Amino acid sequence: MVTNVTNLGRSGLSDWMMQRITAVVLGAYFIMMLGFFACHPQLSYEQWHSFMGNTAVRIASLISFLAVAGHAWVGLWTISTDYFKPTGIRFLFQAACGLALMVYFVWGVQILWGF
Amino acid sequence: MVLTVEDKRPVNLDLTTIKLPLPGFASIIHRVTGFAIFLALPILLWVLDQSLMNEGSFDALQETLNGFLVKLILFAILAGLIFHLVAGVKHLLMDAGIGETLEGARRGAGITIVLSGLLILIAGAWLWLPM
Ligand code: HEM
Repeated sequence: MVTNVTNLGRSGLSDWMMQRITAVVLGAYFIMMLGFFACHPQLSYEQWHSFMGNTAVRIASLISFLAVAGHAWVGLWTISTDYFKPTGIRFLFQAACGLALMVYFVWGVQILWGF
Repeated sequence: MVLTVEDKRPVNLDLTTIKLPLPGFASIIHRVTGFAIFLALPILLWVLDQSLMNEGSFDALQETLNGFLVKLILFAILAGLIFHLVAGVKHLLMDAGIGETLEGARRGAGITIVLSGLLILIAGAWLWLPM
């Protein structure tokens, strides 16, 4: 078995599964948002604020932010192993992506609980 | 690079000599859109932040998003998301063994492109047509 130290779950199969589960979560969140916007063509600040402030929606958003981080990490990791052969460049790319995803996540949490 | 074993594998790196079949085309666009969404996430987070902060920032955001260039950027992000989503669903269906034949793959890619094209058109209408 080929072992790898930079993938998410230490195993290709678990990464593959993680990418699929997070894809379903993100797809559901995306469709929920689309549905909300479709039902509120003249969206007011009050409507938007109370929707996003609803505890269930906050939880859904938080789970989706987590899902983006996991999904994109696996995806970007796959891309890096396809295109970057030298270990140093590949590692730098992965580190930059990982850092960006962590920053996105923390920023997202701050937005969700900061209004 | 030092090659110790004589390597006789064929190499064809002139991409212009390769004709990409439809499923291959859908696949690379799925990858490009995935990466593009990753790059666009700070924009989306900023929009989310401005939309929720207070009534003033919400109104200012609506003003900003009405600018032609900004709207175009938003449309591009939406288009990428829509294609990635539709192609992603096709991917999941194929993982489940649906349409996993050469003919099925071609049809799946065709449906993905047409369906996401339609949805992108609707998104454009939603952004630009007065409602
Ligand atoms: C919202 C943010 C999203 C980001 C940043 C993102 C990013 C990515 C990236 C970078 C890849 C790797 C592409 C590759 O390996 O060629 C990928 C793959 C994938 N994405 Fe997404 N994606 C997002 C949402 C979604 C959604 C909503 C779905 C819905 C079904 C989805 C389904 C998939 C699937 C199935 C794959 C695996 C493709 C493969 O194994 O080749 N993604 N994504």
